[in-house]
Amino acid sequence: MPKLTIDGIEVEVPAGATVFQACELAGREVPHFCYHPRLNIAGNCRMCLVEVEKAPKPVASCAMPAADGMVVHTASEKAKRAQQGVLELLLINHPLDCPICDQGGECDLQDLTLFYGPDSSRFAENKRPVADKYMGPLISTHMTRCIHCTRCVRFANEIAGVEELGATGRGEDMEITTYLEHAVTSELSGNVIDLCPVGALNSKPYEYSARTWELKKHESVDVMDAVGSNIRVDVRGNEVMRILPRLHEDVNEEWISDKTRFVYDGLKKRRLDRPWVKRDGKLEAADWRGAMAAIRSRLDGVAATKIAAIAGDQADLEAMAALKDLMGALGSPNLDCRQDGAKLEGARAGWLFNTTIAGIEQADALLLVGAFPRYEASLVNARIRKRQRMGGFEIGRIGCPGDLTYPTTEVGAGPQSLADLLAGEHSFGEVLEKAERPMVIVGPGALARPDGAAVLAKAREAAERFGMVTDDWNGFNVLHTAASRVGGMDLGLVPGEGGRDVEGILRGARTGEIEVVYLLGADELDTRGLENAFVIYQGSHGDAGARVADVILPGAAYTEKAATWVNLEGRPQRSKLTAFPPGEAKEDWRILRALSEVLDQKLPYDTPAQLRRRIVEPAPRLGRIDRIEAAPWAEFGAAGKLDDAPFVSPIADFYRTCAISRASAVMEACVEEIRGQQLKATGSDD
Amino acid sequence: MSLSPDVESFAFTPENEERARAHIAKYPEGRQASAVLPLLHLAQAQHGGWLPQAAIEYVAAFLEMPKIRVEEVASFYDMFNTGPTARCQVRICTTTPCWLCGSDDIVAAVEAALGCKVGENTADGRFYLREFECLGACANAPMMWIDDDYYEDLTPERATAVIEALKRGERPAPGPQSGRQGAIPFGGKTTLLEV
Repeated sequence: MPKLTIDGIEVEVPAGATVFQACELAGREVPHFCYHPRLNIAGNCRMCLVEVEKAPKPVASCAMPAADGMVVHTASEKAKRAQQGVLELLLINHPLDCPICDQGGECDLQDLTLFYGPDSSRFAENKRPVADKYMGPLISTHMTRCIHCTRCVRFANEIAGVEELGATGRGEDMEITTYLEHAVTSELSGNVIDLCPVGALNSKPYEYSARTWELKKHESVDVMDAVGSNIRVDVRGNEVMRILPRLHEDVNEEWISDKTRFVYDGLKKRRLDRPWVKRDGKLEAADWRGAMAAIRSRLDGVAATKIAAIAGDQADLEAMAALKDLMGALGSPNLDCRQDGAKLEGARAGWLFNTTIAGIEQADALLLVGAFPRYEASLVNARIRKRQRMGGFEIGRIGCPGDLTYPTTEVGAGPQSLADLLAGEHSFGEVLEKAERPMVIVGPGALARPDGAAVLAKAREAAERFGMVTDDWNGFNVLHTAASRVGGMDLGLVPGEGGRDVEGILRGARTGEIEVVYLLGADELDTRGLENAFVIYQGSHGDAGARVADVILPGAAYTEKAATWVNLEGRPQRSKLTAFPPGEAKEDWRILRALSEVLDQKLPYDTPAQLRRRIVEPAPRLGRIDRIEAAPWAEFGAAGKLDDAPFVSPIADFYRTCAISRASAVMEACVEEIRGQQLKATGSDD
Repeated sequence: MSLSPDVESFAFTPENEERARAHIAKYPEGRQASAVLPLLHLAQAQHGGWLPQAAIEYVAAFLEMPKIRVEEVASFYDMFNTGPTARCQVRICTTTPCWLCGSDDIVAAVEAALGCKVGENTADGRFYLREFECLGACANAPMMWIDDDYYEDLTPERATAVIEALKRGERPAPGPQSGRQGAIPFGGKTTLLEV
């Protein structure tokens, strides 16, 4: 452990640390552009120069290993002059367009120039112009502003695993570009916008639409997948202007997927802003009273067993709890939150990502069963790639072919391959056997199928057989795609005694055994079966569910309510109200609470606090925000016949998986351009 | 930089493919990308002195490298041309030692002899003239590099003579055009007299 003196402060740093990191530990700020703690060291911006005693020249601290006895000055005359000189050189070719630059106000170059830069330039010649590059529908470029830190290139290579960005030319002619200016095909590409320390890479949808200081910044949680990425929603007035990641080391680190970042224009389109009631086969605008009355009159005299409810993929905990209570009050057992038909049942350990996302970094072997994490949970995939890059991590895969951005050993295609692996008929079994902390990820492609319960049981058998579950390690993981799923399972939104699951409800609706179906934001269903039933759709967007609805109750989207979601690890996280829902739309649990009163089944809560007390009473862990409670290992899954069909990921189109993303024009553009390019590159048509 | 898509396809000749495999064999398994420079040189030589987009993509596929990585390399080094050039490449060093010894005059003389400016091809499409940074022959400055050969100790007259000979289809003897051997002093040896 080397000991250094930084500006008179003695610090001891771990072996292998750099002088830069030592300065940070000593609490001294060193200006920098190219250095980023999550990327490889490049040492090419030269901004972090410090004076090291006995060194003949100022030293780039980010690339200098800390050695015992070093005496470092970060703000000596020599260091200051060096830093000022570098900044003056960087500014030579940087345009003075801060007043019209989107980065203005949150720009590293602006900030560092203010504190470390010279007061004027001695450069009287012409600045070097650089042609802007096309990088796709998400990233806009102003390459004249680029200072060649190569953070974006390193991000694409290292974190995103898509080697498409590069620096062509040399010296003054160096330019950052994609090959032949193709769109970047990574699902994490938007992060280069945050990484860019200047205004060279900007968000295309957000471009020129607001200034950072006009925005109100709200901390929130993403619901595009089950990861529960921490986000910051920037709002002007009542309009969401952009979405940025928020640091959470255990969930999304500081990245978010492109869908999370750019979906927000979908919040402004196809919104349900008032209740609608179908009369004579046609939806007519109504008010809340009229819509509720229509439901009451239709429900009058209908047997409880003919009523059913399905919770959608983005339903929040509060709304689902209210829905469950309402169905309970009505006496209906037909309730399900597993919209995709995933055969989840039994103990809690059987539907959680038990290893936790950060825990992936401790694993030393991985088996993917019917999972395609790149599109099902992009940040889980980024974590797997991070672990893979550390070395000593073999990844086997059963089913769901495609480029995951890291190499995998193909073990097979369907359930039979899992059985073979268990029988010792595949060499990957030895890898799992030798591993000390192996893990398995069972994806929706393995569970949302008729033999899902049997596959789950088989995966459980594999976890036990390969020693994935010990006292201090649980390597069994279920990967969800729905933000609501774990919350719904934790609340017990599954069919009650003699109740029907999603498939049963749809079948019943077709045959007339189910007369009334309540869809809580459920759009990813085969809605053809619902045409005969009386459908109440509560949700934010006019999508598949609203199309078959007889009564539409306008709800709030995820940015418009203070609500709780439980991510795939079982981590409850709460969003804040960032903008008000449009028109007459209301917070979802309030709609259910109001409806309960109209139906003479008044639910016993009037405030969010009362509702949350009701939620945490049976399950206190749901009230412990941002805390994970490990689930004890117990029985789940069911023995049964395994199908021969290969596992297929349910996500055929990453950019359009929910009502919001389907309403988004930006996501639409991504589908056309990026997806098209990916398919061309791989030559596949899946 | 932009790549030239004019050429539809590119593939090594059997001889060059064999040479390429020999280059790759010099590096450990899985490190075949290390051979990118010799392979680009092979491709450029085969294609008449420049690398079309098709050649860059061919080399990328040959070495299982992302295309952008090969483009980076090809655009970084001045020795690779990414746009169409004439077959005979005349590069005159104009870095400080050559410049002090009169490389400006050499450039003027060669421009006059070829009838084109620096950065251009001649009208007959045989020669491509360009300036170059230091080629490491400072002891024999000024100098120029034509295809694979150095022509050193130039004066405007000697440079013109070399170009005229090339225009006639001859290959003048490379090396110092002053008649001295290598870089020994003009007045003969001053050290190591016994050797």
